Amino acid sequence: MRTMQSVLIVVGGIMAIWLAAVPFMNIKWEANMASRAGVEVSIPEGGLRRASAVALVFTNPHLIPGTYVQEKPRLPGPQQVVAELWATTAGEAVTSNRSLVYHAGVTLTGTVAGFLFGTALGVLLAVAIVHVRVIDASIMPWVIASQTIPILALAPMIIVVMNSVGITGLVPKAIISAYLSFFPVVVGMVKGLRSPDAMQMDLLKTYNASAAQTFWKLRLPAAAPFLFPSLKIGIAASLVGAIVGELPTGAVAGLGARLLAGSYYGQTVQIWSALFGAAILAAILVGAVGLIQAFALKRMGFAR
Amino acid sequence: MMALVVSLVSSGRRAGVLPPLVLGAAILLLWEVGTRGFGVPSVILPPVSAIAVRMVASHATLWEDFSQTFLKGALSGYIIGCGAGFLLALFSDRVPFLQRGLLQVGNFLAAMPIIGIAPILVMWFGFDWQSKAAVVAVMCFFPMLVNTVQGLAAAGAMQRDLMRTYAASYGQSMTKLRLPAAAPFIFNGLKICTTLALIGAIVAEFFGSPIRGMGFRISTEVGRLNLDMVWAEIVVAALAGSAFYGVITLLERAATFWHPSQRRG
Repeated sequence: MRTMQSVLIVVGGIMAIWLAAVPFMNIKWEANMASRAGVEVSIPEGGLRRASAVALVFTNPHLIPGTYVQEKPRLPGPQQVVAELWATTAGEAVTSNRSLVYHAGVTLTGTVAGFLFGTALGVLLAVAIVHVRVIDASIMPWVIASQTIPILALAPMIIVVMNSVGITGLVPKAIISAYLSFFPVVVGMVKGLRSPDAMQMDLLKTYNASAAQTFWKLRLPAAAPFLFPSLKIGIAASLVGAIVGELPTGAVAGLGARLLAGSYYGQTVQIWSALFGAAILAAILVGAVGLIQAFALKRMGFAR
Repeated sequence: MMALVVSLVSSGRRAGVLPPLVLGAAILLLWEVGTRGFGVPSVILPPVSAIAVRMVASHATLWEDFSQTFLKGALSGYIIGCGAGFLLALFSDRVPFLQRGLLQVGNFLAAMPIIGIAPILVMWFGFDWQSKAAVVAVMCFFPMLVNTVQGLAAAGAMQRDLMRTYAASYGQSMTKLRLPAAAPFIFNGLKICTTLALIGAIVAEFFGSPIRGMGFRISTEVGRLNLDMVWAEIVVAALAGSAFYGVITLLERAATFWHPSQRRG
């Protein structure tokens, strides 16, 4: 409860800073428009370009209301972003390409396809690493080293190369997502499969359990608490991968395409709403994995 | 959450150097022989030797891009972002109320696709490296904040009580107990941020850049199907990323030599 309260205060503080920053970020455009429209504006010596935004705000308080309702502001007000989010989700048909739900759906399919593929691959590789020494010794260092490489930089190349062999749309995005979600799953799963201690392994040995039985009855269930945190990281990374995967081809649909189009045409409100759309999507995805985690671990008897 | 990955990685078993090197060499050989043998067009996958030749031939361009993206954009953003995250964590440590909220919100934001702010920051700070540094700073800020806040909570109640019985001042208990205890967490944050810094700087260049920089070069050369140059940039990025991570790991080893995770043998 107290945590909730302090979270609300921190979020409130961020909102307050945001609201307070809007006039300072947008005042120059507002002053420029006002002086052209013949409204009296006090502009310091040296012209508008070199004037300080802080001074402009304090010498022209009558311009402040206008800074919150500009069409292409440098920093849109929170209410503009919320209005745009509402208009592009509730105000448009889901199939329309002006609907943010449609674009989020396009990104979501890439994210989920990549995530499932990456997770499956990660789990398989982890099983191989735990059971085969040679694979452990030769691949694991590369898996770790691959984390220090900015993999996202590969995204445009993968998209273009796949484009040139005729594969477009979902698959290249899913490959990037899969690559990004694969790493945390391997690491978490290896750690989890190795988590049964010597006593437990010895017990199964006294039962004369085969390697397969040890795997299904001990190692795999023991890995579950390690797997789920990795899945949360993996799905968040998948989403980033899908968004970045939409950038280089100037994709027509998806949240990344909305970001890029917004940045080309200076539609700042559109950029911010796409950004918040992506954040909401990430929260939903991570929350969904969290729900599955809570349910699965409870059924498996891990809950305290 | 990325902290988890790093902690899992650092707790992994250490194997010999030879098997991974053999595997790496085998893959490179297969790549070279495969692309030449099957006549794979270089617009799909250029052979390794062609990439190496290109790296030597255009080392001047590669260096220019590296200094634009890494030395100017990523490094300065990394310092600003990690510094700001660290300082805010120190400040919030004195205000427990703020700390609880910051940890939650910070954890939430660290999982968000923060890279999406790149177009906004490019709009605010212009095309040159300043906007890339800003993107990197924002991306590094939250992981650093969360890790430092967690680290500052790492010193146990008994140890803090002991400092109190010594009548240690805030500064003394900070420098002698809590910062050293927090160091493993702080270095976790610093390590996570090394990768984020490079990713942020490169991806931000996709939204606008002067005619140099690794992200700019990758996106334009991909458009012209000069894949050997793209691969050359990727090799540079991989080397820079690994070296950056390695330097922070060495610093960590020097600073937290007492920690169980640093024991060898």
